[in-house]
Amino acid sequence: MNPTPILEVADIHVYYGNIHALKGVSLTINKGEIVTLIGANGAGKTTTLNAISGLVPTREGQVRLRGEALSGVASHLIVGRGIVQVPEGRRMFARLTVEENLRMGGYTLTRAADVQAGIDRAFEMFPRLKERRTQVAGTLSGGEQQMLAIGRALMAGPEVLLLDEPSMGLAPVLVDFVFDTISRLHAEGTTILLVEQNARMALQIADRGYVIETGMIVLSDLAANLRENDTVRKAYLGIV
Amino acid sequence: MTVTSAGMPATGAAPSANGAAPAMPVSFQRRVIRTGLLGAVIALYLCMVGIVPIFNARPLVQGVISLGQAALILSLFATGFVATRRVAESSGRLIADGAIAGGLSGVALSALVLLGSVVDVRAFLPNASPVLYGILTFNLGTIGFWIPMAAGAVLGGLAGAIGLASPRMRRSLFVGLISLFALGLFAGLIRTPMLQLPVAELARLLFASDGLTLIGAVVVLVASVGLHHVQRTRRLDLQFAALPPSRRRRIQVPLIALAAVMILVLPQGLGSFFAQVIAIVALYVMMGLGLNITLGLAGLLDLGFVAFFAVGAYTVGLLTSTAEFGIAQWPFWAAVPVAVIVAMVFGAFLGLPILSIRGDYLAIATMGFGEIIRILAGSDLLKPILGGPRGIINIPKPIEVPPDSFLAGPNQIYYIALIGAALIAFVAWRLRGSRLGRAWIAIREDEDVAEAIGINLIQTKILAYMLGAAFAGLGGAVFAALVGSIFASSIQLMVSINVASLIIVGGMGSIPGVIVGAIFLIGLPELFREFSEYRFLFYGIALIAMMQLRPEGLLPSKIVRREFQHGGGDEPPESSASPLAL
Repeated sequence: MNPTPILEVADIHVYYGNIHALKGVSLTINKGEIVTLIGANGAGKTTTLNAISGLVPTREGQVRLRGEALSGVASHLIVGRGIVQVPEGRRMFARLTVEENLRMGGYTLTRAADVQAGIDRAFEMFPRLKERRTQVAGTLSGGEQQMLAIGRALMAGPEVLLLDEPSMGLAPVLVDFVFDTISRLHAEGTTILLVEQNARMALQIADRGYVIETGMIVLSDLAANLRENDTVRKAYLGIV
Repeated sequence: MTVTSAGMPATGAAPSANGAAPAMPVSFQRRVIRTGLLGAVIALYLCMVGIVPIFNARPLVQGVISLGQAALILSLFATGFVATRRVAESSGRLIADGAIAGGLSGVALSALVLLGSVVDVRAFLPNASPVLYGILTFNLGTIGFWIPMAAGAVLGGLAGAIGLASPRMRRSLFVGLISLFALGLFAGLIRTPMLQLPVAELARLLFASDGLTLIGAVVVLVASVGLHHVQRTRRLDLQFAALPPSRRRRIQVPLIALAAVMILVLPQGLGSFFAQVIAIVALYVMMGLGLNITLGLAGLLDLGFVAFFAVGAYTVGLLTSTAEFGIAQWPFWAAVPVAVIVAMVFGAFLGLPILSIRGDYLAIATMGFGEIIRILAGSDLLKPILGGPRGIINIPKPIEVPPDSFLAGPNQIYYIALIGAALIAFVAWRLRGSRLGRAWIAIREDEDVAEAIGINLIQTKILAYMLGAAFAGLGGAVFAALVGSIFASSIQLMVSINVASLIIVGGMGSIPGVIVGAIFLIGLPELFREFSEYRFLFYGIALIAMMQLRPEGLLPSKIVRREFQHGGGDEPPESSASPLAL
């Protein structure tokens, strides 16, 4: 396979006030890949995603989608360009129904037919959501909410899907389900950047991985190699 | 007197019940006494703040019962009802408990009468006058001191007995009494137009100039209970819903036409005072629909809403006034679009600096904006332009007509305000279902996620402020024409609070809710001007009661209704779903 980079993050720096949160993070994601970004709490994983989505400004460096720089592009326009983030903690529109949530996800689509097609696709992918179509999202179980969060993000037809801690707070059996879903999306050709604390699972389904520590990428390799790496094994997989 | 003694055995019965179930009766008894004492405080309060004597001037049923007496009766009855509510007890016990609680409240009133016969307490309680004692004792004087006590026990006992009745009977009774009360209050309003029609004799039979006649009261009771019974047994609403659409339309169209005709001829039948009241309600509907966009849809609390109202009113004033500060002497119709646009500019002007402020802080920031506009309008700085406290006068009526025309005076404002409100309601309804409406709802539900799904927060929020301001500006423009002048003193924080309250009472985000809220919070107080001293007392009671009993509002939007219906969803979650299967 000849890798073509779809998303490139080149040496980005992010500051929160005086705090230097990202100190030159670079990563590349090729079309059709799952790339995972693992790291401890506060290492800068979510900040990296937010910088890509334009939710936090970068002071230096560039984010390029298909070679086009995204610096200065407002975050709401980035969705239209093809990068959609599934926020941490799922963040449903809790008082809206499942279907209304999906419809919101298709906000950037201008044709009603596209929205309907997106909803049909989401229901096909998650039959469970179809059963719960008229139910209020806030009353869904954690796993169902994660499905809805992913389904809602897919509505905009993203080229790159940014997943922020999709397994957080879920029962083990649901964690398996969520990772199965990610594999399915991958099989269907979606490019995915996965941020996870559950490094073991993330490295199992990912093609490549990056390890971030205190705002810097300290390691990057094929996921299979990272699984065998001593430092990773000690620090993130809990194997001595 | 007999019933007071009926209260006595109950106290005697307590020890025997005590033997049967040790701990419980004590708490029952305590609850009854506590409720009784609370009822006593309320009853005394009603008398002392002057509600009873002042409301006494207005009959509910001519020659039988006045509004003041009804207030007392209601309070005594409610005391008995609350004391016996949700208590599973024998029938005798329920009645006795109710009688004790009601009687206790009555004792307080009797004590007041006795006290009043010995000492003159009017020095510090001006309402404790012979007039009040007269009401309490049916003019028997001190000899009749037992009457409140006995009445309390009877009413409390009755309330207890209500608990024994079947829910159906209770409901029928409730409907009957509510209808009696409502029609008694509004008898004058219904009678006036009827007198000009062929049904004048009927009107005289049923309604007095204020309140119902005795015959009218009986007719209302029988008719309302009867109608309620028919509705319950035949389910007319379901029958109607089951009809094929064409037949349904055959019923709907004439009804809508009838309503439209009634709305059109209303000022002729009821006179210009009533037309003015409706015009004011319509003004608040316009403002309410405006704030309903900012607050109800986009979730941006704005407590400075009166600012946009002021901008609309002053713009029309400046452009149309023929007096000192008028600058153009335009016709009203040319000034209105300008007023709306200027209000929108102010909306954007307000929105920009507070874009990133959320929640409670937003309320304070917007309140500050409202105050700035209010103070500026009355300031010396702008006095050469806006006239300061003297304001802008001589704002001509929109349509020049001879004084005897049906469009004269407030009547034309009635029609203009109604058309304006209908227009705004239509725009609001269309906006709600639009893409922009969905973006507002997304921002209200979760601002961060809204941004993540591609909504332009800045543009969407500014548009919410601008369109809300436009509606309020139109309201202000019509207000200027209604009053014919605009003063700095018309711009008050209370207007903003009123608008926010009517949205909450009507039901956040709901267009019919805004209309109902405006009728209840603005229309009713205007109709009861004679009791205006107590306006804020009842306003407060109504708000607290609403938040306790129906926090979702009178006519809530779908989303809010779901939230309050616990668990929501049109279908219950299937029980078959095990947690492991997601």
